[in-house]
Amino acid sequence: MLQYIMRRIVIMIPTLIAISMISFLIIQLPPGDFLTSVIARLEQQGVVLDKAAAASLRARYGLGQPMHIQYFKWITGILQGDFGQSFFWQREVSGLIWDRLGYTLVISLGTLLFTWIIAFPIGILSAVKQYSLLDYVATFFGFVGMAIPGFLLALVLMWISFAYLGVSVGGLFSPEMEEAPWSLVKFIDLLSHLWIPMVILGLSGTASLIRIMRANLLDELHKPYVVFARARGVSETKLLLKYPVRVALNPFVSTLGWMLPTLFSGSLIVATILALPTTGPLFLEALRSQDMYLAGAFVLMLSALTIVGTLISDILLAWLDPRVRYERG
Amino acid sequence: MNHNNLLLEIKELKTQFFLDEGVVRAVDGVDLEIGRGKTLGVVGESGCGKSVTALSILQLVPPPGRIVEGEIVLYRQSDQKEPSPFVEQVKLTHLHPRSRQIRNIRGKEISMIFQEPMTSLSPVHTVGNQLIEVIRLHMNVDKKEARERAIEMLAQVGIPKPELRVDAYSFQLSGGMRQRAVIAIALACNPGLVIADEPTTALDVTTQAQILELMLELQGKRGMSIMLITHDLGVVAEMADDVAVMYLGHIVERGDVDSIFHDPKHPYTKALLRSIPKISPGVRQRLDTIRGMVPDPYNRPSGCPFHPRCDKFMPGTCDRIVPKRISLSKGREVRCLLYGGTDRE
Amino acid sequence: MSGAEIAHDPDQTKKVQVFVASQWKLMWWRFRKHRLAMASGAFIILLIIVAVFPEFIAPYDPTVRDPKYVYATLHKLHFVDRSGARIRIYPHVYALKMSRDPVSLALTYTQDANEKIRLGFFVKGTPYKLFGLIPGNIHFFAPVDQSKRFFLLGGDPTGRDVFSRLIYATRVSMSAGLLGVVLSLVLGILLGGISGYYGGAVDTVIQRTIELLRSIPAIPLWLGLAAALPPNWPPLKVYFWVTIILALRGWTTLARVVRGRFLSLREEDFVLAARLDGVSELRIIGRHMVPSFLSHIIAAVSLAIPQMILNETALSFLGLGLREPAISWGVLLQSAQDVRTVGLAPWLLLPALAVVTVVLTFNFLGDGLRDAADPYG
Repeated sequence: MLQYIMRRIVIMIPTLIAISMISFLIIQLPPGDFLTSVIARLEQQGVVLDKAAAASLRARYGLGQPMHIQYFKWITGILQGDFGQSFFWQREVSGLIWDRLGYTLVISLGTLLFTWIIAFPIGILSAVKQYSLLDYVATFFGFVGMAIPGFLLALVLMWISFAYLGVSVGGLFSPEMEEAPWSLVKFIDLLSHLWIPMVILGLSGTASLIRIMRANLLDELHKPYVVFARARGVSETKLLLKYPVRVALNPFVSTLGWMLPTLFSGSLIVATILALPTTGPLFLEALRSQDMYLAGAFVLMLSALTIVGTLISDILLAWLDPRVRYERG
Repeated sequence: MNHNNLLLEIKELKTQFFLDEGVVRAVDGVDLEIGRGKTLGVVGESGCGKSVTALSILQLVPPPGRIVEGEIVLYRQSDQKEPSPFVEQVKLTHLHPRSRQIRNIRGKEISMIFQEPMTSLSPVHTVGNQLIEVIRLHMNVDKKEARERAIEMLAQVGIPKPELRVDAYSFQLSGGMRQRAVIAIALACNPGLVIADEPTTALDVTTQAQILELMLELQGKRGMSIMLITHDLGVVAEMADDVAVMYLGHIVERGDVDSIFHDPKHPYTKALLRSIPKISPGVRQRLDTIRGMVPDPYNRPSGCPFHPRCDKFMPGTCDRIVPKRISLSKGREVRCLLYGGTDRE
Repeated sequence: MSGAEIAHDPDQTKKVQVFVASQWKLMWWRFRKHRLAMASGAFIILLIIVAVFPEFIAPYDPTVRDPKYVYATLHKLHFVDRSGARIRIYPHVYALKMSRDPVSLALTYTQDANEKIRLGFFVKGTPYKLFGLIPGNIHFFAPVDQSKRFFLLGGDPTGRDVFSRLIYATRVSMSAGLLGVVLSLVLGILLGGISGYYGGAVDTVIQRTIELLRSIPAIPLWLGLAAALPPNWPPLKVYFWVTIILALRGWTTLARVVRGRFLSLREEDFVLAARLDGVSELRIIGRHMVPSFLSHIIAAVSLAIPQMILNETALSFLGLGLREPAISWGVLLQSAQDVRTVGLAPWLLLPALAVVTVVLTFNFLGDGLRDAADPYG
């Protein structure tokens, strides 16, 4: 088991390096010597970058020098925790991201949990009681849930609550609570706003997990090892959970690897619509205004998270399924 | 057979499947008797209902199937020796499929093993885990002792290095080893009856011989009964004491193995025996086959189900009247209008 | 099953007529049973017709703005006209009159029953050029008097007809999905096939590349790449590059599937048999291996199309994909970004309904195709 984990971590490293290069490439994509064009645009918008700051930026990032030197400067900076400077906000990127990262994580992890808690039992019940009313409802919900993308749902929900309920949904806190220090009241306020993005983000994930669970379980339910277990006297519930569910869980768990990063990405758009103080809107703004160090840092960070997520799910899978552990290739 | 020698009795069993396309009468009035310590071979083509009969015994018939009529009685012998061993009649058909009573019988008094050793064991649990599970389910032992018993069982079924294999996963074992492990699980709690549904069909011939030998050996040691379901007449000849021949949900002939093989009565039995390829020098002959095909289960022939394929078909009779059981002698039965039953009901 | 024959000669064999159905016919029969998939298929054919002939089906040119009709409300369809001497039955609407409340500056529209606008099928309307080449002016359903404005689904913030814009958007949105999928398909089959068939070093390289691409989360990648497209590019160029960007990641899924199939098929007995028969490698691939997974590819493609459509919609909605004056559902949704706007004119959300419906129907179709293609399903 440990061997397996070590192997996977070792493979991870070159991938991370490659990703950092790609992120860097993305930063470099906008045409022109990008600092001058950015400065020009910023000046147009009324933000003035003083000459000394511009010069120090040039030196810091080695702009005007060949590509690979710029890359090295960027990477070494990152390894020291320096993610670069946001031109638009005129602040350190790391500071900007850090503020928002907490909320992003809370929303994503919360949604993940919520998705699992709902999808798991419904998926199982749907398979066990195939063709029942619950099954049809769950299947229908599954289809619809997968067809409606999060951002559309967010739009529609916002409109409905605005037009019919007169409630303005958006943000993570009510206006008075925003700047208030942390307290139980603020926490409750957070929860009362949190469920909306969680539902929106979690909908398609829940739907697809239900379908996957149901399909996998249906595959396993009638297999001989299940009948054999029943034939030796194991009780129905114990039988269900110990055998087919455990086997059906494997593909389920392997989806975990991409769920977390998908949630991160998905939350980008939804967060923009709902005006949440997470990394999403910041990233989008960075892209729109070509604030490229900020954007590049995001891409790198999200990619790294994806890889870590995949690693975690692979490890989980190996722990669950002995066949994976013993496979030779 | 009197009740002291009788272990299991199936009376007029009818199990049907209620599908959208119609009702499939998989088991259509079956009577069987299994004696203590004896092996009953149930022979027939695919789809004749032998597996469903077996499943019905343990109330394992999957929906949309259901036992609609009949009775299955288990004659449970108590340990009481004086004044005479008390035999309790347990009506298995009256037990609910999810009840505690039937679960207590499954794996403990009656065990079942299936055709596919490849998939009879859980892919994600060790062999030992499943063995210990059944041991602890039916016997009051702690983990340590259960594990010891498990290792001992594995040794008894001929698995080498059982103390290592007990922690192996099924995919690490060969087909023959897996089937031995399955037998170990089935026999772990010393059942009185083992139902083996085509236990060797998926194995190669050599392994098949080994497994059959193992089963005979264990039967000798433990005195259990075996209900052996197969389509292979060779296996039946070697293993069975009594034989029942099935066709389309009916038992068409019953008797001891010698009588069936040397003096078959029903045309179907005769045709089956005739179709066995004979190894004789020189002669080049076409293989004898039974003409026609097994009918569509939704489209059962009227009267005797075998009549469209029967050499001795009597028009006007065989296609109108369903043959009843005719008792030819003790333990010898046939369902064929050639032997009686043609009086209009 | 006829009655039995009493006496028979075992050697007599009746000639049995054997009907063999080709693989495609079998698939079609299985597909037919799936009614939801059939209905979806029919709906999609309808959509394709709309996408190919939007000029004919839409009542107006989608780019014509009309300040007299900004945020126009939906026209109510009437069929019975009791105003004259006799009761006449014909489809018509009442002309919209805009008025602005002097205090709140809120916009309202009244439908003036005195001015009836008659609607008809196949009427002569505003001229257009089919496919940009063939001039014509017959519209499927429009006001008989071509100078009158009719808003089946309301007007947008600049007075353009939402219904016409929706129709024109169908072409762009659906074809954007198509092109991206075709690209993914070609790349996926090519690279997946090479990877699976040749194995070894080539396989490893391609596999690592795939893993790499998949580790980069999709949305940030697309957003990043799309943001790099200069804002002054013509819409067609943007459209082209957006589909390429979307396809950049899409081919990986297909490639993995194809590779997996090739890997397992390579070891199959029938391939070995063909090889022993002396069949050339190319023919083995083309005639023996490909048909056995072609059906899976068809199913995978029909499920990839809605994903592409969704992605393009998302990108355009955020302003990073297609931009004005291009018309796609995503672009149309840009006017629905603000909650207050939507509250004023909820019909601006209709493109969302279009997207969801199309995605659902493609999903049903894909499910049906997959069920039909898999003989063991």
